[in-house]
Amino acid sequence: MLNHYDSPIRQPLVLGKKTFKNITNDILNPIKNKAGNLWWISFSISILAFLWGVGCIFYTISTGIGVWGLNKTINWAWDITNFVWWVGIGHAGTLISAVLLLFRQKWRLSINRSAEAMTIFAVIQAGLFPIIHMGRPWNAHWVLPIPNQFGSLWPNFNSPLLWDVFAISTYFSVSTVFWFMGLIPDFAMIRDRISDPFQKKIYSILSFGWGGTSKDWQRFEEISLILAGLCTPLVFSVHTIVSFDFSTSVIKGWHSTIFPPYFVAGAIFSGFAMVQTLLGVARKVLYLENYITRNHIEYMNMIILLTGWIVLLAYISEFILAWYSGNPFEKFIYFSVEASKGPFWWAFWTLIICNIIIPQFLWFKSIRRSFFWSYVIAIIINIGMWFERFDIIVLNLSHDYLPSSWTGFIPSFVDVGIFIGTIGLFFILYLLYIRVFPVISQSELKTILNPDYPDHNKK
Amino acid sequence: MKVNVHALYNNDNTLINSIKIIQSHNYDIHEVYSPFPIHNLTEILKLKKTNLSFLSFIYGLLGFFIACILTWYVMIWDWPQNIGGKPSFSWIKNMPSFIPVIFEFTIFFSAHFMCISYLIQCKLYPGCMPKNPDSRTTDNMFLIEIHTEKNTEKLIDLLKIHGAIEVSIKKNVK
Repeated sequence: MLNHYDSPIRQPLVLGKKTFKNITNDILNPIKNKAGNLWWISFSISILAFLWGVGCIFYTISTGIGVWGLNKTINWAWDITNFVWWVGIGHAGTLISAVLLLFRQKWRLSINRSAEAMTIFAVIQAGLFPIIHMGRPWNAHWVLPIPNQFGSLWPNFNSPLLWDVFAISTYFSVSTVFWFMGLIPDFAMIRDRISDPFQKKIYSILSFGWGGTSKDWQRFEEISLILAGLCTPLVFSVHTIVSFDFSTSVIKGWHSTIFPPYFVAGAIFSGFAMVQTLLGVARKVLYLENYITRNHIEYMNMIILLTGWIVLLAYISEFILAWYSGNPFEKFIYFSVEASKGPFWWAFWTLIICNIIIPQFLWFKSIRRSFFWSYVIAIIINIGMWFERFDIIVLNLSHDYLPSSWTGFIPSFVDVGIFIGTIGLFFILYLLYIRVFPVISQSELKTILNPDYPDHNKK
Repeated sequence: MKVNVHALYNNDNTLINSIKIIQSHNYDIHEVYSPFPIHNLTEILKLKKTNLSFLSFIYGLLGFFIACILTWYVMIWDWPQNIGGKPSFSWIKNMPSFIPVIFEFTIFFSAHFMCISYLIQCKLYPGCMPKNPDSRTTDNMFLIEIHTEKNTEKLIDLLKIHGAIEVSIKKNVK
């Protein structure tokens, strides 16, 4: 019985008549070779952005939260928008790895490693915002239920903000474990190929002595499946809990039962858009054209289209509830006629154009399969999803129940600086990752090659 | 005296066929090394099912109970508070708001302890000496390790006829 099966109808997932050896070399080359100019330029820009962010964080902590553009009505805006945006971006990685693994979707193999790394780096950025927003980040450990010098001082387990602490830290640590466990065989491959003694030592430590025995692989497959099974509800729980921050409150526009599924769909929508963005870069910079093909781009675009429509359905529900309730305060929620005409009309219409109108171009097969247009649409969706979070938070807070406290919000340069700093840190981590870690899960990718038929991927 | 025979293959289908033939000649296959997981190999080598899924369940249960005890101790026993008119005097009445934390603890314990168990069972740890006898097995080669006291000449012929591209007798096995 053959171990490989070639579908007569599906397009090949790896192009260029690759052999096992070719895959090893293609994954190893970016690690063995020196970085190109493009990498250094990107890295330098990211460092500058990061340093700007560090400066703004230092200014905030040393001076106080007053340096942000907040006021007594809108007491969380830019930072929590960024937090929810980054957490959302962190969702596609685990989704591609875990859910698509459970559904036996082999097209995940070329992209899952980058997506998992993206998850971890995005969650790091997300975690920064609540910690800075505390004002006294050196007391951040107080959110954990650990014995302390103040007697019976415990966190409140009834609070959605504390649920966030547990959800995000669990998501981060479990995703990291999932990522690292999958990397062990690939580290072993690098360990056995690399000649530089220092690098060999590092990869020897990271590979944990992996040998690839039949029993090791049997257990590896078992834990991969179980971790995927554990990560899948975790993906849904994390953004559900993030949405609880809003939906369990009494602020009009936030107090909505549709928020958990709506937030999860939005997270997947924006997460896949970010995966498209990063893979568009990695594909060219690392010469992975044979592994990240038009099919991969098209499949991801299909998921973007699907989740985009779930998000649109939620928008429609919010709009109808605001209109049908007849509640004068609901008229000012982020998805209402008043929002489209009010002081934040520009944010409202950016949301509509970026998240609803532009993604509909993906219905056209030529656009869905185009690298350039997929990349452009993915960036537009990333912008749109940031505005969605901005609209939910700022628009609802700006028109509260008390008309005398109605106010606007203008971010300060510190707000903008911290956000740009996190983008810089995200890209620093991603750029370092693509230089030293295997960006494609080569051991898993080799399982879909058929060595008996060298022309198997010629179709 | 037992000897250790290593046979290298460049194709997993040939490897599987060769394993079946070696088994039919009653040779003891000590280990198979491969660069990726091979479908069917577990059944052909008659490997015992792993207990990691069961252990994961047990670890999840442990996390569940620890979260229940923690929420009860913190919110009900040690410092019950009346927050927003919702008193914390009964764990069962407050339990719905503890579900997110209990869920996260369950997943956390299940995932982490299972991975630690996996590393212990596979004897994998940072800096451990590589277990594969030939470095090509992490690239594009598959290796069968056979421990035998029988006629090695006959075994080598058998391996070569059925697709082994390289056969070597590595060392004596005590």
